[in-house]
Amino acid sequence: MQAALEISNLRKTYSNGFTALKGINLTVADGDFFALLGPNGAGKSTAIGIISSLVNKSDGSVSIYSHNIDTDFSIAKAQLGVVPQEFNFSIFETPMQVVMNQAGYYGIDRTTATQRAQKYLTLLGLWDKRNNQNRMLSGGMKRRLMIARALIHEPRLLILDEPTAGVDIEIRHSMWEFLSDLNNTGTTIILTTHYLEEAESLCRNIAIIDGGELVENTSMRDLLKRSNREIFVLDTETPMKYYPEGMSNVTAKDESTLEVEILKGGNLSEVIMALSKQGFTITSMRNKSNRLEQLFIDLVNDGHKNTGDSRE
Amino acid sequence: MNSRELWISFQTIVIKEVSRFARIWPQTIVPPVITTSLYFVIFGSLIGPRIGEMQGFAYMDFIVPGLILMSVITNSYANVSSSFYSSKFQRSIEEILVSPTPEWIILAGYICGGMVRGIGVGLAVTLVALFFSDLAIHNLFVLCSVVVLTSILFALAGFTNGMLAKSFDDISIIPTFILTPLTYLGGIFYSVKLLPDFWQGVSLINPILYMINAFRFGFLGISDIGLVYSYVIILVFIAILFFVNFQLLRRGHGIRS
Repeated sequence: MQAALEISNLRKTYSNGFTALKGINLTVADGDFFALLGPNGAGKSTAIGIISSLVNKSDGSVSIYSHNIDTDFSIAKAQLGVVPQEFNFSIFETPMQVVMNQAGYYGIDRTTATQRAQKYLTLLGLWDKRNNQNRMLSGGMKRRLMIARALIHEPRLLILDEPTAGVDIEIRHSMWEFLSDLNNTGTTIILTTHYLEEAESLCRNIAIIDGGELVENTSMRDLLKRSNREIFVLDTETPMKYYPEGMSNVTAKDESTLEVEILKGGNLSEVIMALSKQGFTITSMRNKSNRLEQLFIDLVNDGHKNTGDSRE
Repeated sequence: MNSRELWISFQTIVIKEVSRFARIWPQTIVPPVITTSLYFVIFGSLIGPRIGEMQGFAYMDFIVPGLILMSVITNSYANVSSSFYSSKFQRSIEEILVSPTPEWIILAGYICGGMVRGIGVGLAVTLVALFFSDLAIHNLFVLCSVVVLTSILFALAGFTNGMLAKSFDDISIIPTFILTPLTYLGGIFYSVKLLPDFWQGVSLINPILYMINAFRFGFLGISDIGLVYSYVIILVFIAILFFVNFQLLRRGHGIRS
């Protein structure tokens, strides 16, 4: 399968001597929905900056659909759309002006640009606000405007750097739906996010970057298979007068909440039955944290132990 | 990008730039016209008759070309420096940087935007000047070519300032401490032939002197400097500034990490 993005030995050392990327190799297949995760300062935004030509690399190469960003920059850039982490449009312009200008920078004629502007501003719920000044838009609207702007030239590869940061849950879910639909129509998507349930539910493949190095690069399914434990939170019907006995994997968190740790292959229903025999009535149950979150923490912590970085 | 796409990209930058300064016309168009009108009233109508003639022309007629060109210079410069720095500050310059638009089109688009404002304000000042002076044109080609080349030169200089600026203070320092003094000492209000020999020599290192004199030749047919020298100086500065700006853009000075 053709690669949408090929990164080879990518290095970046800033002028202050800080090395943000230490030779990353990464391939993202055409049509993939790919998660690029990492803690703050791991190098994700630097990598995205280099791919989108906003950061000068120190070494290595980047190709978008086999077009090198240095030697074949015009075609490479035409295939790429980027939604940055920070707002980077003029607050005095309107959403319509922003997307129309962006179309112009890609050499798209005015008739086509107008049709696409209407399409994407409507899809992202901004058509009614098209003539408002950008400074009057809410945070969620500004994020959606950057997505509309990144799509105006209909790129084959879309990179989103924390697109749902700071937006409410309803908008976040509508953005997930929009991105899934976009991916289903053939657009390759690379997503960075700190909401790990977002990556888990949307992405098929994942890379984790930490300290400028790739610490994991695999499919989401394979990564999640490695998870060997899961914690469930159980709510009891009435406040507990005593705590469960003889169950090492059950911990009482307060007088009406229990936490149960289930190891891979374990049986949750047996635990609930045992609790029931001891007189506990369970009224509700939920996952304490998603599996990816635990794996992410484990992987990053392992990396820090190996490098002696405690990050307390 | 093919030539049609390049043209669309260039047009987009120019229209965006023109829309920007047109949207805030009370800040961009009106003030220079009022300021120059005051020069006409005070130096031309009130003080001018007491000064008498300058190189065979009424003082008002003598200063009109310089004042028109001064407005072209300051507005071409200010438009590009402030607009480019603002887009750097707001990071909206990244909209162009991520696109396939090549550096020379970015530069040409901003320069053209600066030229439109500079020449537009110059035309407005010329209209006002008609109330104070019977303007006659001695050489239309020289007049038009000098005003176009001068606006290109100072739009390029403004671009350099915008690229190198790290704060809003940096885009006001150069106009205040370098551009304005050089303009006033560039022979708007006097002929350098009135100066002692030493100061005449010093004046010759001021590039604005060459532009003002060439422009005055276009209107009045008089100049303290040979016309060829003026064109050579203007073209050399344009070539140097274009090269400098192109290199700054290619390296992404201040706009790429």
